[in-house]
Amino acid sequence: MDLLIFQVPILMVQASLDGILLGILFALIAYGMALQWGVMNIINIAQGDLVILGGYITYFMYLSGIHPALGVIVAPAIMYFVGVGLYKLVINKVVDRDLFISILATFGISILFMQLMNFAFGADVVLANSEFETTMLFNNSVTLPNSKIFAAIISIIFAIGLVVYMKKSKLGRAIRATAQNARAAKILGVDTEKVYAATFGINAALCGVAGALVAITFTIHPYMGLPYTIRSFMIVIIAGLGNLPGVAISGMGLGVFEEFADYILGTEFRIGSVFMLLVLILVYRRFKLSKKREYLK
Amino acid sequence: MKLSKIILSFVSALAILLSSSVTSFAKVVGDKIVLGSAISLTGKYSSNGVHTQNGYNMAVDRINSMGGVKVGGKTYKFEIIYYDDESNPKRAAQLAERLIKQDGVEYMLGPYSSGLTKAIAPVTEKYGVPMVEANGASRSLFTKGYKYLFAVLAPANLYLDVAIDLAVEKNGGKPVSVAMAFEQDAFSQDVRLGVLEAIERTGSKKVIDDKLPKELNDMAATLAKVKAVKPDVLVVSGHTKGALTAIRQISEMKVDVPMLAMTHCDAAKLSKQHGKNSQYALCASQWHKTLTYKDNFFKDGMTYDADFTKEFGYAPPYQAAESSAALLVFKDAFERANSFDKVKLRDALADTNMQTFYGNIKFAPGGQNVDKPMVLFQVMCDGDKCENKVVAPTKWASAELIHPIPSWSQR
Repeated sequence: MDLLIFQVPILMVQASLDGILLGILFALIAYGMALQWGVMNIINIAQGDLVILGGYITYFMYLSGIHPALGVIVAPAIMYFVGVGLYKLVINKVVDRDLFISILATFGISILFMQLMNFAFGADVVLANSEFETTMLFNNSVTLPNSKIFAAIISIIFAIGLVVYMKKSKLGRAIRATAQNARAAKILGVDTEKVYAATFGINAALCGVAGALVAITFTIHPYMGLPYTIRSFMIVIIAGLGNLPGVAISGMGLGVFEEFADYILGTEFRIGSVFMLLVLILVYRRFKLSKKREYLK
Repeated sequence: MKLSKIILSFVSALAILLSSSVTSFAKVVGDKIVLGSAISLTGKYSSNGVHTQNGYNMAVDRINSMGGVKVGGKTYKFEIIYYDDESNPKRAAQLAERLIKQDGVEYMLGPYSSGLTKAIAPVTEKYGVPMVEANGASRSLFTKGYKYLFAVLAPANLYLDVAIDLAVEKNGGKPVSVAMAFEQDAFSQDVRLGVLEAIERTGSKKVIDDKLPKELNDMAATLAKVKAVKPDVLVVSGHTKGALTAIRQISEMKVDVPMLAMTHCDAAKLSKQHGKNSQYALCASQWHKTLTYKDNFFKDGMTYDADFTKEFGYAPPYQAAESSAALLVFKDAFERANSFDKVKLRDALADTNMQTFYGNIKFAPGGQNVDKPMVLFQVMCDGDKCENKVVAPTKWASAELIHPIPSWSQR
């Protein structure tokens, strides 16, 4: 146990800001997961690998001399089609099946993606240098890399853009209708097949954006996708499906929680503490459910 | 129908006969000494696995073209059977078993990484197969009492203890405060043990001791603590990921420390990926091309560097150099043993005392090389061009250590 954070209170500000910025990025990935989970009832284990693929697109742009910040436009555009392609090849065969089947299928896709990325791009850890400066606060004692601020702003823009798109556009309404009741939507003339493909594509595009931001702020590696899948899964579990503000809040909350756990318990307990929190939340939910009176009508 | 059955049984009989004859003569086939190696050609270690393989291949070609290995008055050539262990320890152990039992290999070359060497060593030990390895530095490999394991490299605990000594020396012999961040894997934790011993030996103080998770990509919390505590030395070891993440976040968060010491700088291509931001980082390395060791096959480090670059199109990281050295050790031992007998060869290996372009090689009873110190280089930049220059030990230093590191506001 390290109590340095209480002795140097400015570290609390640093931890909170770092956590919030990190949480917003995770919330974006989680939002994509919640969307397709809600609409298609699929838990996508390959979510993190889609993020890493988006990161590699940005990395190669950077290598060819294009500023990596533009990756947030190019990566989602390419990833949308990767998503639609993936849907047509594999996901459409498991979409109406048991949840377990879809987990197995996406687990397979995840392994395949890891190996393919390793084969194509090599096993080196890489990153895209954005050359962004650093924002200094409180007489230089709190530092916020502009790359993280950029990541948070872009994530917010994409999340808001998607909410508006879901509300206003025809496809957005069709997606929401399918999520509510696929059968009824089909009867009323919604092409659910198309809706599913678009949903998977949109999710992959969001992962593409997040991947570009990860390449700019952190590092990428073919086998680094799983932590992103796990975190977004947790955020969705905590927030619940179809609850966008919930996803944003639980993303940021989880980010801050992780940072504080890192400072107080030690870096090695960072992920472990998130799992602990998940267990506590699930136990609490179960407890609440058991209190609820249920009766047969 | 009958004829086809006869042909089939004839072919199978022939296959069985051939396979058994290959097995019984696999250690030496004709004029070839067959070595075996399970190596990571795919999976997360594939980059370094390929460096290892290139190092082995380069040495095999060189030894074969320069007269081969002389045993019992006859000249033999080296040949290596490779299998891809997919960076998976379980698979590596299975493949070692397969190499020994099915392919009849009686002499092994090590895989890449401490973890995989740990998986293979019990197998080679069980069958009494001598293994010369070049990429497993974890101290725990050398404390198990293995008799058939020989490592040409210095053990992991010697990677960064020199840095602490250097910091104390620069501090006028007074103890220093040390912040440490090490990944939770066998290798990095051994590096940590070495640093802890140096801290104790010099009466220094440990102020931060973070254990980084394997899925590490964010060190912001550790670095914020470093900013608050202001230690004299920051030591980081977490493979290439750790080196890249540390430099990125140290430069972004403008963390000022008088000395920054780390591992895996050249494998991470630190100066290439981070350019000037990596300047002044102090890196532990098993080998550097400017060291003045010599042998008859590769001449010296500079020549090895040039030859390797010509053949493979990239400059050799130390992982390749030490792998080449492993073959030189085998050749030397075969000739001194003057026999293909595994026990005689093992004894000859244990008596090794030679110099290669990579360094002096002499094995302790545990199997580790005790005659080759680690080197520390510092990333130094001239304009946008950054280079690794040896700063310690002083015998090979090509530049003077820059200490303390200038603060970010002065850069």
